[in-house]
Amino acid sequence: MKRSPATIALRWSGRIIVAAILLFVLLPGVVVAISAFNDRAILQFPPQSWSLRWFYRAFSYSDFAKGFWNGLTVTVWASSIAVVVGSAFAFAIHRYKFALRDFLEGILLSPLIIPHYTVGLGILILASQTGIGRGFPLVIFAHVVMVLPFVMRSTYISLENLDTRLELAASSLGATPLRILFTVTIPLLIPGLLSGWLFAAILSFNEFTATLFVSSQATQTLPVAMYNYVREFADPTLAALSVIYIVVTATLLTIANSFLGLGKILNVDAH
Amino acid sequence: MLMRTDPMTAHTPEATSEKVRPAVQLDGVTKRFGDSMALHEAWLKIRPSEFMTLLGPSGCGKTTLLNLVAGFLEADNGEIFIDGDLVTETPAHMREIGIVFQNYALFPHMSVAKNIAYGLKTRGVDKKEIARRVDEALALVKLSGFADRKPRQLSGGQQQRVALARALVIRPKVLLLDEPFSALDKNLRGSMQVELKQIQRELGVTTIFVTHDQGEALSMSDRIAVMSAGRIRQIAAPDDIYRRPADRFVASFVGDANILNGRLVEKRGDVAVVSVGDISAEVPVAPIAALSIGDAVDVFVRPEHLSVTARGASGSLPGTVTTQVFQGGHVDLYIDASGSARERILLRSPGIAALSSCPVGAEIGLIIGSDDIVAFPPGEAA
Repeated sequence: MKRSPATIALRWSGRIIVAAILLFVLLPGVVVAISAFNDRAILQFPPQSWSLRWFYRAFSYSDFAKGFWNGLTVTVWASSIAVVVGSAFAFAIHRYKFALRDFLEGILLSPLIIPHYTVGLGILILASQTGIGRGFPLVIFAHVVMVLPFVMRSTYISLENLDTRLELAASSLGATPLRILFTVTIPLLIPGLLSGWLFAAILSFNEFTATLFVSSQATQTLPVAMYNYVREFADPTLAALSVIYIVVTATLLTIANSFLGLGKILNVDAH
Repeated sequence: MLMRTDPMTAHTPEATSEKVRPAVQLDGVTKRFGDSMALHEAWLKIRPSEFMTLLGPSGCGKTTLLNLVAGFLEADNGEIFIDGDLVTETPAHMREIGIVFQNYALFPHMSVAKNIAYGLKTRGVDKKEIARRVDEALALVKLSGFADRKPRQLSGGQQQRVALARALVIRPKVLLLDEPFSALDKNLRGSMQVELKQIQRELGVTTIFVTHDQGEALSMSDRIAVMSAGRIRQIAAPDDIYRRPADRFVASFVGDANILNGRLVEKRGDVAVVSVGDISAEVPVAPIAALSIGDAVDVFVRPEHLSVTARGASGSLPGTVTTQVFQGGHVDLYIDASGSARERILLRSPGIAALSSCPVGAEIGLIIGSDDIVAFPPGEAA
C-alpha cells in the first residue's frame, strides 16, 4: 500500500521534533562543557582559544574546596539520617494499618510539593526566632526534610518487591520477629536502602535554594559557593566545575547501576 | 537419620488400641476476611505420621487452613491443637512446623547450607551439630555437594529439595506443603512426588499437603479433605473419595463424572435403587435419603465404569458416538445420549479396540459395569 504524502510528512515531522527535544536536553551541558576550555577570562561560546587553566582554578579556589567539604559533610549526614528515618516510616506505612496512615504518608511526601525556598525560608524564620545559629545541624535538618520523600519511596518500593513468604518461612523456622528483621528483611532491603541513600546524596549535594537561606559563610556548600563566585567573576571556572561535577556524578551512577540495578528499582511503580 | 522420635509408636498395638492422640486437630475453626468467609467451622483430626491432603479449587479455604495451622493467620473462632497442645494463640515461630511454599521461599542471600541451617541456628543448636544435620539433610534430598551454591544457581527441582530439607531438618511436628509441585514441569513433578512421599513415609512426619490437583491428591495421600467455598465437604481415604463421594461437588471435582437423569425406585437400609432408562443400579442412600420414591435424581457414573454394547441390548441406554479421542492407553468416546443425560457422556474404553468398533456416528448401547455409582438430588451441573 502506498503511503499518502500527509503520512510521510507527519512521520518526518515527528522524527524532527524528537531529535530537537533530544538536542535541547543535551544543549546546556554541551555548551557549558565546551566553554570550560576557553583560554580567556570570559564565558563565551564557542571559545576562540583553548586552555585547561580554569580547571586548575576550580580546584585551587579555596571557597570551592571548603564548599565541597561542607557539602559532603551535610550530604553524608542528611542522607544517612533520612535513610534511617525514612525507612522506618516506609516500613510502618507499608506493613501496618493504623489511623491517620494516609495522613502521615501525605505529610512525609509533602516536601515534593513545597518549594525548596519555602523550606529554607521557614527554617530560617524558625531558627532566628528561637535563636538557633546557622550551623551544620540547621543545614542538615533542612536537607533531611527535602530528601526524605525520595528515601521513603525507594524503601517502600523495595518492601513491595520483598516476598513476605521469606519472612513467613523464617518464622516457621523459629525466628523471632526481631531476628527475621535482621537476618532476612534488612539484608534483602539493602540494595533499596543504598539506592535511596545515593539519590538522597545526589539531591542533597546539588541543593541550592534552601541551602542559600540556611547556610552561613562557614557552612556554605559548593552550590552556594558557586553562586557567590558568579556574582563576582564571569570567567569559565564554573563551567569547568560543571564538567567535573557531571563526570563524577555520571561515574558514580554508572557504578551504582551495575551493582544495585538502579534502573530496575526505579522502573517499578510503588502504588 | 533424620528420624523423628520413634515414628513407629503410632503403629504399635498399644498405641492403636488406645485412642491415638491426633497430631493436628482443628475444632470448629473459622476465619473471615472482611465479609467473606474463608473457612467455616473446620473440624479435622490428623493422625500421627499421616499424609493429609487438602484438595479444592482456588479460594476454597485450603490455604487459609494451612496458614492457620502454621500460625500465619489467627482464627476468629475455634481451637487448634498440635501434638495435643493448644496452639490457637501460639505465634508461628513457637509452633515447630516446617513449611514448603509453592515458590520455595529460599533466602536468596544465603547459600544452600545456610538456608538449611537457619532453623537450627534459631534453636541455638551448636555448630558441629548444625554441620552434621545439614549434611544429613542434604543427603536425604540427594543434594550433597550443593551446600555452597546460592538458590538462584539451582533448578526448580533442586530448590524444592532445599526447601524440603530446610523444613525437615528442624524435625517439625507437622510438615506443611503449599502446592509445592505446581511450579515444576510435568516430568519432574511425577518423580518429585514419588520422592517426597518416600521421604515422608521414611521419616514418619505428619504432613498437610495443599493442592488443587486431584491426581496429586489421589496418588499421594493417606486421607483427603475435599474443600469448597470455605467448607470441608468430605474427609476420607483417596479410594473412598473417588468411589463414594459425599456430595455432588466432591463427585465432580475429583475425577471425571457423567451425570445421568435417574429416578429413585426404592430405599432399603443403607442402599437405594435408582433407575436410568432401562438400567437400575444400587447407590448409597445417604445423599438422597430425603427424597421420596419416584423423585428425580442425578446419577454420577465414572467414564471408565461405562461400557459399550449392542444397541437395544437389555439394560442398556441408547447413544450415538460423536467424537473419538485416542489417548494412548485408552480411548475416550463422547456419546450423545439425550434423554438419559443433559450433557454429552464421556466413556473411557481401555485399549484401542474402540477405535475401530465404535466409529463416529455408530449407534450403540451403554451399560454400567460397576457398583461404584452414586446419586444426588438434582441440581446444577457442578
